[in-house]
Amino acid sequence: MNRSYLFVPGNNPSMIQNADVFGADAVIFDLEDSVHVNEKDNARSLVRDYLATHPVLPKKIVIRMNAMNTPFYEADLNHLLSDRIDAILLPKARRDDIVLLTNIMKQICSKKRLIKPINIIALVDLASSLLEVESIVAIDGVEGVLFGAEDFASDMEIKRSETGEEIFYPRARIACACKAYGIEAIDTPYTDVLNDEGLIQDAQKAQGLGMTGKAAIHPRQIEAIHTVFSPSKDQILWARKVLQALKEAKDKGLGVFSLDGKMIDKPIIERAKTIIHKAHIYGSVTHDE
Amino acid sequence: MKIGIAGTLESNDVLITVRESDTLKIDIHSVVDLLFHDQIDAVIRKTLAEKKIDKIEVLCEDRGALDYTIRARLLTALKRMEAV
Repeated sequence: MNRSYLFVPGNNPSMIQNADVFGADAVIFDLEDSVHVNEKDNARSLVRDYLATHPVLPKKIVIRMNAMNTPFYEADLNHLLSDRIDAILLPKARRDDIVLLTNIMKQICSKKRLIKPINIIALVDLASSLLEVESIVAIDGVEGVLFGAEDFASDMEIKRSETGEEIFYPRARIACACKAYGIEAIDTPYTDVLNDEGLIQDAQKAQGLGMTGKAAIHPRQIEAIHTVFSPSKDQILWARKVLQALKEAKDKGLGVFSLDGKMIDKPIIERAKTIIHKAHIYGSVTHDE
Repeated sequence: MKIGIAGTLESNDVLITVRESDTLKIDIHSVVDLLFHDQIDAVIRKTLAEKKIDKIEVLCEDRGALDYTIRARLLTALKRMEAV
């Protein structure tokens, strides 16, 4: 589970050399939009050599390749697939593209004798991709879906707003599809990097619909994203009370019990367990707590 | 004359220019020349040796790039030179 995915431009040495210190759960080295068409070779070489030689790397490494309808994608894969990376982010992801990508990746990984499995994150940023999201998440090796709201809005010919009402439907549909297959639903980045309050509200909306994390385009966005996508102190306290009450009920031989006047049943117990599990993963509580 | 250029003059980057030559010539201008001239020179020589290149002119305008950045920019410049 990753709360934050930080985009780092693939041709920017200053950002790349600090990629491991920003504290993001995952870093996406971008070969696509942030790299000029004349600099793709430079970016590939820089990211590859960084990954091959830098002594400390980010916890999770994702490469955003160029889309399958560009002349760049094959070189991206040939240069960047290695045991150092965890996933490939495919822009303009369509079902057929992912199936093709999976086969190409298998061939390259086999030729390079790579050991580590490399998964795919589908960037859903087209109306046509959204309509295929349920079949995209079912493909073996797809570990998540990242929603790209800006390109999606362009494709739909709609305006982006501060409140994000226009992206309620794609967010909800992606979150639901990902949940059904137990994979990550990653929300679109918030583009106003100086608006901290706006970022928190935007992340809360995404989290409230079931998104599990959010992309960031600036390191200063990471802390707010982590706060929103981690269990709060109140939630952890509540979950502990539920699990303590469950233990007491079991000791008394009770099947159903109540806490603070509310009936506690299986879905609530599961929610409490998930909160504690996430709190442990994100370091919100220590293991002896 | 074949020529290849890669990189930038931004902070932490390096601009590498390579030209066809009958001899090996490495010219380094760095903001950290006093401390790292020899290390930069070594990275360039090692990368050229990997590519079995012993006759070339390399101009390295360094703005504090780490070793892997120098190597990556040099490799790209060499590829671009071949493509010209």
